[in-house]
Amino acid sequence: MYAALKNHFTNWLFQLRGPQTGVIVLGQRRVFILPTRQGMTFAAVLLMMLTGSINYNLSLGFILTFLLGAMGVNAMVYTFRNMANLRIAGGRARPVFAGDTAHFIVHVDNSGRTHRYAIGLTHDRKESVFVDVPPRTTVATAVGILARRRGILRPGRLTLFTRFPLGLFYAWSYLELDMRCVVYPRPASPGLPLPPATTSAGAGAERGQGQEDFSGLRQYHLGDSPRHIAWKAAARDQGLLTKQFTGRADTELWLDWSALPVGMGVEERLSQLARWVLDAHAAELSFGLRLPGETIEMAMGHAQRDRCLEALALFGSDDVKA
Amino acid sequence: MTDFKQPLALRHVLWLTVSLAMVAAPHAWRVPWWVIALVATLAAWRAYVSYARLPLPSRWLLLAIVIIATIGIYLHYRTIFGRDAGVALLVLMLGLKLLEMRSLRDAMLLILLGYFLVITNFLYSQTIPTALYMLACVWVITATMLTLHHARDEPPFHRQLRVSGVLLAQSVPLMLVLFLLFPRVSGPLWGLPQDAFAGVSGLSETMTPGSVSNLILSDAVAFRVRFDSAIPQPKHLYWRGPVMTDFDGVSWSASRFLYGTPEFTASGTPVTYEVTLEPHNKRWMFALDLPAKTVPRALTGADFQIRSFDPVANRVRYDMASFLDYTYGAGESPAALRRALRLPPGFNPRAVALGRSLRQKSADDRALVREVLAMFRNQNFFYTLSPPPLGQHSVDDFLFGTRSGFCEYYASAFAVLMRAAGIPSRIVTGYLGGEVNQLGNYLIVRQADAHAWTEVWFRDTGWVRVDPTAAVSPLRVESGISAAVPRSDPLPLLVRGDFELLRQLRFTWDLMANTWNQWVLGYTPERQRRLLTSVGIDDATWYLLTMLMLSLAAVIVIVLSAFMLRRLKARVRDPARIAYLKFCEKLRAKGIPREPAEGPLDYARRLARVRPDLAAAVAAITQLYVALRYGAHASGAALREFQQRVSRFTA
Repeated sequence: MYAALKNHFTNWLFQLRGPQTGVIVLGQRRVFILPTRQGMTFAAVLLMMLTGSINYNLSLGFILTFLLGAMGVNAMVYTFRNMANLRIAGGRARPVFAGDTAHFIVHVDNSGRTHRYAIGLTHDRKESVFVDVPPRTTVATAVGILARRRGILRPGRLTLFTRFPLGLFYAWSYLELDMRCVVYPRPASPGLPLPPATTSAGAGAERGQGQEDFSGLRQYHLGDSPRHIAWKAAARDQGLLTKQFTGRADTELWLDWSALPVGMGVEERLSQLARWVLDAHAAELSFGLRLPGETIEMAMGHAQRDRCLEALALFGSDDVKA
Repeated sequence: MTDFKQPLALRHVLWLTVSLAMVAAPHAWRVPWWVIALVATLAAWRAYVSYARLPLPSRWLLLAIVIIATIGIYLHYRTIFGRDAGVALLVLMLGLKLLEMRSLRDAMLLILLGYFLVITNFLYSQTIPTALYMLACVWVITATMLTLHHARDEPPFHRQLRVSGVLLAQSVPLMLVLFLLFPRVSGPLWGLPQDAFAGVSGLSETMTPGSVSNLILSDAVAFRVRFDSAIPQPKHLYWRGPVMTDFDGVSWSASRFLYGTPEFTASGTPVTYEVTLEPHNKRWMFALDLPAKTVPRALTGADFQIRSFDPVANRVRYDMASFLDYTYGAGESPAALRRALRLPPGFNPRAVALGRSLRQKSADDRALVREVLAMFRNQNFFYTLSPPPLGQHSVDDFLFGTRSGFCEYYASAFAVLMRAAGIPSRIVTGYLGGEVNQLGNYLIVRQADAHAWTEVWFRDTGWVRVDPTAAVSPLRVESGISAAVPRSDPLPLLVRGDFELLRQLRFTWDLMANTWNQWVLGYTPERQRRLLTSVGIDDATWYLLTMLMLSLAAVIVIVLSAFMLRRLKARVRDPARIAYLKFCEKLRAKGIPREPAEGPLDYARRLARVRPDLAAAVAAITQLYVALRYGAHASGAALREFQQRVSRFTA
């Protein structure tokens, strides 16, 4: 009961309403401010100085104490100002493998005319990244979160904070940005060789794309391997062209869930498939992926690799692609 | 550098060291030399550690240094408490903390220690130069603090100085409100350490040959006086201080207690004035002969000594009135008169014999006084600041030997002769004269104006002032000390008034110092009450003061916040854009807002679809806007027409 109430109160106080899409403007109601431990010590020192000034009747002591006290109050306004009215938008997060660190890009936009210094971003209050945001500028900062499991990783509640200028106050704002990062399964360690490629039926009937024989040039498409770009042609200013090859036989490499040993668990299988995807891509093979309930057709290149890895990442989850 | 655990960069260490050295510098003359040497070594060591990226020394080593140095301080001061020892310890800790400073957290602690060290300087000096220097220190410390809290791209230090200057300047209004309205209590909250007022000069309760002439060498201000009317003539400016009746053969001393009540008869109108007395840590308060008014928290005795209840530890101000034409003490008690005749046996036999022989020659007290004064005037007596030393029979040596001396020599010799001749006499110490500051129209009385004279008692008129110095050196009374002593005698520069420019500078400076004293250092509970009365608040209670202070502070903080937060949002400067945004706002109020990604033309097309009735007006406005914003020739007339159309537009 108490926990529920507290949770409710926290949500109300910090305006936590779940992930928000679009731009978050750090208005007054969103920036919170409290003295830091240094701020408390500062106050204690001021109190000592005030007592000393009263006792020794030090007029200049009074002046110093009050000047520093006023400066402390001033610093609070400065700290608040350093955060207020920033506009925050979530950016992209490149997919990573489980076990790696996912970097969520956060755009901090300062449309005002004051320089913002040392704005920190953290997700766990331990590791923080600091940026300065000059006037009328948008700066991208990133929070790194360790991706433990495959699937969709959400950054959760991020904290944007600052202690500028004097470190006496800590102003912060909770950001619940609608961001996600696809986490691929961690590839199994190399060992299991790629499954044998099957030759398609009706040999010699069609000539599919292969690796061995050069057959001509075509326009470059995004995702084509850089190894196949006709760099000589590019050097002659003919634009980017991709060399095309034909296989002597159309080999079809199917990375098949059901081809894996029976005793393997789901995650092990996904790991192994991820390893194969990487290996097949590295070998510049054309490959397809068969998962229970999903099949990715034969293709090659970066796009195919990413498509397959994403299918592996999202296997069995309700998450849809971002 | 906003991570609390990150090691400090070299430049941070350097700036910290520099700012702390600035604050600690004035203490360098106050603490033992080896503390300074130790702390300088520690600071240099710290800088080298940062420079060469070495590990910091172990805590055990530092602990050993702490213990040894603390013992050293104890041996030097015989205590580790009190002002001087406390400051020495603080300076020492500062140096050690530098070597123990690993991260931002430690650096912040040092910064706070630095601020605290500023206030310890005020225990020794609160003059204008000290205040300015300390302000500079606070400025640099604050800039260092700013530097510590920047992210990686750190602006150069002069920028930090500017920002910290702005920060401090913006704090001044709030500081003033707090300073003026913070409820003041007078007096210490607990006992002050013994050494709190070491080195404060002033008249003491005893007078030996040489004690006044030591004071003459100081140009420190004793008190300042503002007269309500014209300043009286120099010959009346006898500022009465401790009255000394008891003579033990070497020194005269004032009685520890006051007796009787002040009674006098006077004619004429009294002069009224206000005295601002510098702290001298004794109980004396000074007034012109003859004080006719009581001072709050002080008593006046039958000998017209004014004594404060407590030693004057702070600058005090009091109103006073004096009669210049008076008689008093005709009905003096026999006990007091007996005391004023007592001479210690076995001292100054020749002087005593001279006094007795004078008595035999003349029965008239007044004639006798005249004769002694004539002796001083006509025989070879000199008035000098550097008299030869006197032996055990100081008066004999002076009268019959050296014959040169300063006012206390004459006063002492005169009083001894009078007592030997059977005339009750005593010594009054105080100040004579003063210097008029034309700029501020007040009188400055310095320690250099210290003086000693005598009072003798006649049966008919009571106590009468006789100044034997005046017999030897009339100039001393008429023109002040600098005219009276020979040029070769050492006198403080400020007391000699040789150069006109120097004089002017001196007066300007003293005026500033006086204003500073009156308004900054002398801002006492009384001054606070007076200030409040002048704005119409008569009896300010603590509660009222606090409420007033807090509400004014709140107003200042709100105004400041509004001022600081005004530049946060993007400001639209283009008048065409302002008008267009107004137009959009009108439509938004009607529920047709412009989408973020919608250009003016797209918006107009959509509006024409949903509100065909507005199509014509919208089209005209959009066309004008596009022409003004993106067209090649934007005329003032087109802008005016656009603005008019927008203001006429209703959805």
